[in-house]
Amino acid sequence: MYDVTIIGGGVCGAAVAMYLSKYDIKCCLLEKENDVALGTAKANSGIIHAGYDPEPDTLMARLNVRGVDLTEEICRNTGVPYRKVGSTVIAFDAKDEEHLVKLYDRGVENGVRGMELWDKQTLLSREPNLSPDVVGALYAPSAAVVNPWRLCLAMCETAAENGVEFYLDSEVTAIEKYAGTFKITAGGRQFDTRYIVNAAGLYADKVAELVGAKDFEIFASKGQYYLLDTTSNWLVNTVVFQCPTEKGKGVLVAPTAEGNIIVGPNAEKNNERDDVSTTREGLEFVANEAARTTKMIDYRENIRSFAGLRATSDKKDFIIGESELCRHFINVAGIKSPGLSSAAAIGEYVVEVIEDCGLIMSEKEEWRWAKAPIWFARLSNEEKAELCNKNRKYGNIVCRCNMVTEGEILDALNTHIKPRTLDGIKRRTGSGMGRCQGGFCGSKVHEIICKYYGIPAEKVLWDKQDTYIVAGKVGENE
Amino acid sequence: MTERDIVIIGAGPAGLAAAVAAYQAGVRDILLIERDVEAGGILNQCIHNGFGLHRFGEELTGPEYAARYIDMLGDTSIELKLGATVVSIEDKVVSAVSEANGFEQFRAKAIILAMGCRERNRGPIFLPGARGRGVYTAGAAQRYLNIDGYLVGKRVVILGSGDIGLIMARRMTLEGAHVLAVAEIMPYTNGLSRNVVQCLEDFDIPLYLSHTVTNVLGNGNVEGVVISEVDENRRPIPDTEKYFECDALLLSVGLVPENELSRQAGVALDRRTNGAIVGEDMQTSISGIFACGNVLHVHDLVDYVSAESERAGRNAAQYVLSGGRDSNEERCYIYNGENVSYTVPQSLTVQNIEKSVDIFFRVRQKFRVCEIIVEAEGEKLASFKREFLAPAEMQKITMPRVLLDRAEGKNITVSVVERSDIQ
Repeated sequence: MYDVTIIGGGVCGAAVAMYLSKYDIKCCLLEKENDVALGTAKANSGIIHAGYDPEPDTLMARLNVRGVDLTEEICRNTGVPYRKVGSTVIAFDAKDEEHLVKLYDRGVENGVRGMELWDKQTLLSREPNLSPDVVGALYAPSAAVVNPWRLCLAMCETAAENGVEFYLDSEVTAIEKYAGTFKITAGGRQFDTRYIVNAAGLYADKVAELVGAKDFEIFASKGQYYLLDTTSNWLVNTVVFQCPTEKGKGVLVAPTAEGNIIVGPNAEKNNERDDVSTTREGLEFVANEAARTTKMIDYRENIRSFAGLRATSDKKDFIIGESELCRHFINVAGIKSPGLSSAAAIGEYVVEVIEDCGLIMSEKEEWRWAKAPIWFARLSNEEKAELCNKNRKYGNIVCRCNMVTEGEILDALNTHIKPRTLDGIKRRTGSGMGRCQGGFCGSKVHEIICKYYGIPAEKVLWDKQDTYIVAGKVGENE
Repeated sequence: MTERDIVIIGAGPAGLAAAVAAYQAGVRDILLIERDVEAGGILNQCIHNGFGLHRFGEELTGPEYAARYIDMLGDTSIELKLGATVVSIEDKVVSAVSEANGFEQFRAKAIILAMGCRERNRGPIFLPGARGRGVYTAGAAQRYLNIDGYLVGKRVVILGSGDIGLIMARRMTLEGAHVLAVAEIMPYTNGLSRNVVQCLEDFDIPLYLSHTVTNVLGNGNVEGVVISEVDENRRPIPDTEKYFECDALLLSVGLVPENELSRQAGVALDRRTNGAIVGEDMQTSISGIFACGNVLHVHDLVDYVSAESERAGRNAAQYVLSGGRDSNEERCYIYNGENVSYTVPQSLTVQNIEKSVDIFFRVRQKFRVCEIIVEAEGEKLASFKREFLAPAEMQKITMPRVLLDRAEGKNITVSVVERSDIQ
């Protein structure tokens, strides 16, 4: 019997798992895919918002601002790529400037620290490549950029390090209520549990329906992006937003934690929950919007276009708390923007929620962060030399674009939540994420996976279930 | 840190030819650094024939062509370091790591950049649609097939008519895959004419010119692609969609010189070639750093890579033996005139040219009969009549020193004009 079962291995599920792992309870996490961080977590802007956007006195406002500090702490301790670059919301006219003042006031009320209102001259001295049409900006130094799937992975690894059990390929298909507890069927197994945390992201309403507690609805909203090569890193220094409209926070131009430039997203409502295709129209819209911010984007430097799905709901605020329709069933749903920024704080808060529901827990005496992975490319020459001397596998560079070594790939394979796919290795090490997009290293990583698991090349997956990289061996075709 | 006369980065066709030529020119201390486990570069996966007609007067396969040069290393003192990746070049100090030797540094008198190129992937061409498994660059699919022995798909569509795509259309057909279509966004093919005939026409593989992929379908795995005709601005024309059910889409949409190390070393790059700006001696903007092969500009034939790299090797040797002569002084520049997309070299030091200099360039469009004009600030120095020029085929003119002297140090422009009046 588990005390708590978390459904969903995205950032929220990961955060809940990590904060629960500090307590002496029996906990597991069920994920329907073959890896964690495969939904919204892996395709979003990667921004830790300062917290001036949400309406005061909402969960969003409180958790966003708290999340800023917690995320920084997690990244610092677990080696997640993170940079506190600050953000600017730029104004193009007097109406926008009025809006900046409103955001500033809201930020103060929400507890955002260090904000400044900049005039045109200050803005252009800090962001010289912006459009000359700008008239001013709201600057918030506490905003940061983070690698979102690495944040999710680091929280999962930390949870696993401290005893949370992870079950992949475990889609929840039935939940039975039985004598005040739950019997979950997932991936052909039964899980008995006293509490459920529903962090199923885009499918949270479907999971709630399984216990007859669907009192909200989830809509997938698609956002498309460009990711530019690190050679474009001179473009902007901060996360540059345009003034938000009723449709959302608009198209941003921002550095990423690894030094690329990200441009996007648009917002397409009522999308299918599994459709992450990009469209010509969507990407053209993003480019046109971004052109208002800066005319200096060179799209020849685009190394990847992608789309992500946000789990929006029919409620204004996040849906977090025990369901009114089902005892001991705790929803963490409708986690739209600023969801990534709030995720860590959501995890911390859900612990309180579960305690309030009556689960008695006490903090463990020993608890530790997951080990920060080695990031070879960022080491000094002396550190590289020393590391190679210790283990020569760090001398074998597999991904030339991002300088990822075989040593780092083997480290990734030796974690708690073992990657079994090419993309699983990519998310953990950055191999194949550079300018050639795996053109050169794909087959090498493929070979390392075969060797590590002792499986033939035909059995290796590219990403999700059934995505076998090769279609057959030469000579076997009819 | 060890001191070396010449360090060459990359032991593909460019690095091999440069090493051999530098040795023949009298330098004995040459280090050739290669990240792969064997020398030869991309030639090792190019198992088709057609290499070496110009250089060796016979048709060789890629591995055979590479073997010719690897054999030439045989009794020289050139050191070939395999499995070693260069991670930085700073002030002519080359840092490399390898499984065998860990982290090493070499201070070089001269460096030859011969890192080759990479394939353009779906990012820069804004390929829309699903992002599931099944979209591969043609070269990656070629590696899977020719080195590892696996097919990446059984029903295949190819986007782009670059040579690797054409070669792969034939190769996958021969291995039993069904190649349904080759779509090319331009109104002409991007590969050599002989490859269009031998790889597509001979196998009845349809080539759709002025077409591009406008959607990729399939969740998780590619299940089909849609191609559409494009207008003169390369925008898809509505209602011209054709659907192909397939499990793989290969991209053969161009090659990009891999100049990350060059950029980091501070070498000035040409936005048109994506390679270094060089003089007739293949020296870059940094004294003692030379560049050759596909890292400089993308070639059609390996034979031309060898010839260019031998020139780089000889000049690097001369640089070392003469104690470091910087050719960057007193250079005149070669500008791209009408219908010329780039030239290599981009600059000349006329007094260093003995008899003549070869200028390589590409045209922007197809020409049947045309005139190539070389002028110096309006004054015509030379003109050449040519037939059947195409962007896919690199052109060469040989400019004699006596004609270049007439420019008197002024910058030179190369242009091409259509001449339907001459036969």
